[in-house]
Amino acid sequence: MPDQSTAVQAAQTATPLLHTYIPVLVLAILAVGLAAVMTILSWVLGPKKPTPQKLATYESGVVPIGSARERFPVKFYLIAMLFIIFDIETVFLYPWAVNYRHSGGLMIFNLVEMAVFVAILFVGYIYVWRKGAFEWD
Amino acid sequence: MPPTSPGVTGEMILFIIFGAAAIATALVMVLQTNPVRSALFLVLNLFCVAVLYLLLNAWFLAAVQVLVYTGAIMVLFLFVIMLLNLGTPDREADRLRPQQPIAVLSGLVLALIIGGVVLSPLPNPSPTLRDDRLGTVEAIGRNLFDPAQPWLFPFEVTSILLLIAVIGSVVLAKRRL
Repeated sequence: MPDQSTAVQAAQTATPLLHTYIPVLVLAILAVGLAAVMTILSWVLGPKKPTPQKLATYESGVVPIGSARERFPVKFYLIAMLFIIFDIETVFLYPWAVNYRHSGGLMIFNLVEMAVFVAILFVGYIYVWRKGAFEWD
Repeated sequence: MPPTSPGVTGEMILFIIFGAAAIATALVMVLQTNPVRSALFLVLNLFCVAVLYLLLNAWFLAAVQVLVYTGAIMVLFLFVIMLLNLGTPDREADRLRPQQPIAVLSGLVLALIIGGVVLSPLPNPSPTLRDDRLGTVEAIGRNLFDPAQPWLFPFEVTSILLLIAVIGSVVLAKRRL
């Protein structure tokens, strides 16, 4: 349907794309505003009669021991690192997937192009798997 | 598209608000002594920069900025902070203190360079830069995967770069387990 898509494109070009982000701005203002109003209202209106017991950290009724700043195991770092790497792979996959249906004569070319990309990263995936980086222990 | 007339536009107001917020959050991030709070202010800063990307018509870049930087990389930063269990640094035992004069000097040099760039007259932006369809996911995808464009090889090499990152992180982190 080439006529329809060009008609849609022409309709879209009429309004600047930035205007399509106005709902996002409204949502952001509402979210920040709601959080701020609720925090400020409870701070202003709430009665404050502090006692040492009330100010103590609540830990399921048990007296808290030590600091909340525990050292995290290095395992979390590995998970976060692997997440970023495969996240970036997705960043490349997304514009490819959006265009794939409209790539016309380049369909096979684009498929091979992405297949090579994913295959190289799949080597890394197999490596991570065989090394046992997905195992928690 | 006609050249935008000078004067106060909505875009300019947004630019001033988010530009100022970006500078403010960056300053708080640097001046904050608590590393976790620094990291959270960096999150705010990256959000402000994402809005600036939107104002520059870089739609895809703004989304990726929020996804990759504020989402993934900041989680990594927080993990590293928790991993090292950094408290608030002791002012007396600041080992980096001798570096402070050099930091001031290099900051001044950077300010001079940036000032020179900012104050020098800009070439009139080409009409293609004013096209707000240039930064959409569709346009970036079309260019990135078009064999007529030179991006094919860099794109494939990126996968090797990511592969090296995968292997490097596993080698570094798994050894200590």
